[in-house]
Amino acid sequence: MLRYIFRRLLMMIPLLIGITLISFIVINLAPGEPTDLQTQMNPDVSAEYQQRLRLQYDLDKPLLVRYGKWLGRLAVLDFGRSFASDHRLVRDKVLERLPVTIMINLLAILVILVVAIPLGIVAAIRRNSFFDKSTTILVFIGFAMPSFWLALLLMDLLGVRYGLLPVSGIKSLGYEYLGPVGRFFDVARHLILPVLISAFGGLAGFSRYMRSNMLEVIGQDFILTARAKGLPEQVVIGKHALRNALLPLITILGLSVPGLIGGSVIFETIFAIPGMGKLFYDGVMMRDYPLIMGVLVMGAVLTLAGNLLADIAYAIADPRIRHSPASR
Amino acid sequence: MHRFMVIFIMGTLCIAGCDRQSVPVQRTVEDKPAFGDTFIEASIGEPSNLLPVLSSDSASADINGLIYNGLVRYDKELKIEGDLAESWEISADQRTITFHLRKGVLWHDGTPFTSADVLFTYRMFIDPATPTAYAERYRQVTRAEAPDPGTFRVSYDQPYAPALISWGVAIHPQHLLEGQDITTSRLSRAPIGTGPYRFKEWVSGEKLVLEANPDYFEKPPYIKRIVYRLIPDLSTQFLELQSGGLDFMGLTPMQYQTQTDTPAFSRNFNKFRYLSFGYTYLGYNLRNPLFEDKRVRQALSHAINKDEIVDGVLLGLGRPATGPYKPDSWVYNDRVKHYPYDPVVARKLLAEAGWTDTDSDGIVDHDGKPFTFTIVTNQGNDLRVKTGEIIQRRFREIGVDVKLRVIEWASFLQEFINPGNFDATILGWSGTPEPDQYNIWHSSKTGPRELNFIGFKNDDVDDMLEKGRRTFDLVERKKYYDRFQEILAEEQPYTFLYIPEALPVVAKRFRGINAAPAGIRYNFIHWYVPAAEQKYSR
Repeated sequence: MLRYIFRRLLMMIPLLIGITLISFIVINLAPGEPTDLQTQMNPDVSAEYQQRLRLQYDLDKPLLVRYGKWLGRLAVLDFGRSFASDHRLVRDKVLERLPVTIMINLLAILVILVVAIPLGIVAAIRRNSFFDKSTTILVFIGFAMPSFWLALLLMDLLGVRYGLLPVSGIKSLGYEYLGPVGRFFDVARHLILPVLISAFGGLAGFSRYMRSNMLEVIGQDFILTARAKGLPEQVVIGKHALRNALLPLITILGLSVPGLIGGSVIFETIFAIPGMGKLFYDGVMMRDYPLIMGVLVMGAVLTLAGNLLADIAYAIADPRIRHSPASR
Repeated sequence: MHRFMVIFIMGTLCIAGCDRQSVPVQRTVEDKPAFGDTFIEASIGEPSNLLPVLSSDSASADINGLIYNGLVRYDKELKIEGDLAESWEISADQRTITFHLRKGVLWHDGTPFTSADVLFTYRMFIDPATPTAYAERYRQVTRAEAPDPGTFRVSYDQPYAPALISWGVAIHPQHLLEGQDITTSRLSRAPIGTGPYRFKEWVSGEKLVLEANPDYFEKPPYIKRIVYRLIPDLSTQFLELQSGGLDFMGLTPMQYQTQTDTPAFSRNFNKFRYLSFGYTYLGYNLRNPLFEDKRVRQALSHAINKDEIVDGVLLGLGRPATGPYKPDSWVYNDRVKHYPYDPVVARKLLAEAGWTDTDSDGIVDHDGKPFTFTIVTNQGNDLRVKTGEIIQRRFREIGVDVKLRVIEWASFLQEFINPGNFDATILGWSGTPEPDQYNIWHSSKTGPRELNFIGFKNDDVDDMLEKGRRTFDLVERKKYYDRFQEILAEEQPYTFLYIPEALPVVAKRFRGINAAPAGIRYNFIHWYVPAAEQKYSR
């Protein structure tokens, strides 16, 4: 098992280099340079200054030379400084945005799991019942509805008309003056809408997935055996069927890791949440190459790590995989 | 004396006059100015850098405007007045400006401000190692000196009129920046200035807080705290405004006209409107043979109904533009040639230029080629796209076939504007009170990446622009710029479309606001909330 993990880790290195190379080339293919966006259409800027900026940022060098330099710095975990005029370290910019994005996405996944799993199970057991059909319609409405639109409606209803929840942001203005309990509830109140909105869209996929897994398992021989043994239905479903139906969810959870740090431009923008999605989006619009690359590298590492973790977790949870020759 | 008068008027008389909607306000004892309360506004983008020398975005500029001072500034009537400079003299040959600085001004950390700071700021701006967008104006300086702590003197090769207001630039503290790499200075996130507000804290992506400077040289501001919340979405900002989470916002025409006429809104907010600086135009690529003949450009201008655009796009909250200047500024020439909407005249002008519909397909043609071209504009500005659609329809009426392409900003510049690869474009310029338009219209500025990207070359205009920046005498300058506007109106290199209005709303508890040509924010330190109405005690 350890050798397997080690081998997988080694394989990640060329993969990662490939990902960064392609990303680097692609973002440089986009027309426009960071210096254009800072200086063009500004009556005060001379062409000479634009040229000087290009030199400062190494933009006059060939693409591969710049990539080589960048990769060299990355080897010592130096992501460089942002091209934005604050010239801050990319690492700092990313790290200060990461916690809130991770928190919201974790909470959203939690909400999705807590709601979608029972929903899927019940829908599978009572297949084609009224409950099954109505939840299907409901989750697909959630899936199809533009989340920004729903967010604005809820903000208007709960925030402006009834004043129950804050409209946007993650902390109130007087946050510093609150006690620990007050702070907790303040942040919690701010998170309700963003978490609900981001979970709502994900419900459809997960609950459908759970339902079909469950249906597949229920149709299998060992369930028939369990029932034949005279086990009560709760045990058949809750123990024998559920465990097996949950296995594929590990893979899905592993795949959702990049989403944890990717954030969402849409709801971070709407709810004024200082997260990764917005940071990345602004970086792209500004052609802030170091920042874009920094976020992409972290995303790639986490995706690969998520896949690895999912595989390992799978092996631990499922003896059939643990004992197959490939994992030795 | 002038300054004293302004304070006097603001502080005592200006309650009823402040509200442009002219609701008569009951004067009570509770209405008298009081210190305290917090002013909360929102910014769609995070400020990039709080060292003014390095930043060029509007979010940074708004905040820096409260933290720093220049030597001079614009007053409410947009005339230049002293700021850190008490007075100034322009030498007889108009080549040297001597500033006499205020005494007793302190930096926010308590260090006295002197002319050495001004000299340092100047040197920092022209230092090739400084990545600043603003070096150009100071390159014209031939000599800068600080003969004593209270005097700063600059000389130029030849008289340069935009020089005076160029010293409205934020003065940076020498004692904190000298000998350092300014790009990594701590001050870019924790600035120290001389202005009415001090920097308190900046939570990235969330908010930025300023606190009143009790030692401000002019007078301590009434409002104790300013909070800039970072809210990237304008709909969210509007909802926050309605829920009381914001005290100030610039509205869109749609919000102003249709979403804020409720009793609840007018109970809580005062709405203002005044002409903004800047205009939107349709610019023709003059290198394209299609637009060589000025009669063609005049015809296109006659085909556009500017009033219809103002009504349809700005919902009436703006004015048709006739030239590059604001109608309420001293330099504006109202006697230039106008181009009222008139498709008959437009068709006649096109026919004179050789464009008639010979094959009866509805499109005018010349030498067998139909009159068809593409207007490009940038994505993200809905008003420009709508304007384009209206123009498209009107051009069709005179037999000109126009396509509209909307392109993301960076690609727009790189692929279309920079290489001159466009027929016509809808864009806007945001102006300043300084009338010098050299960079946009002079024939020497038609190179790649320069601002005269439509390739306008006119010897008379060059002459007027050169003369206009070579004298400080406003009467004389006006003569040159009047002529400049006449030529532009005749030549129509742009069809000047409209000037939008700024549409700010302010929470009703704030008093002392007095809309003027400079807008409403120029006297912010005189704004106050009567003690009984203050909302935030901390």
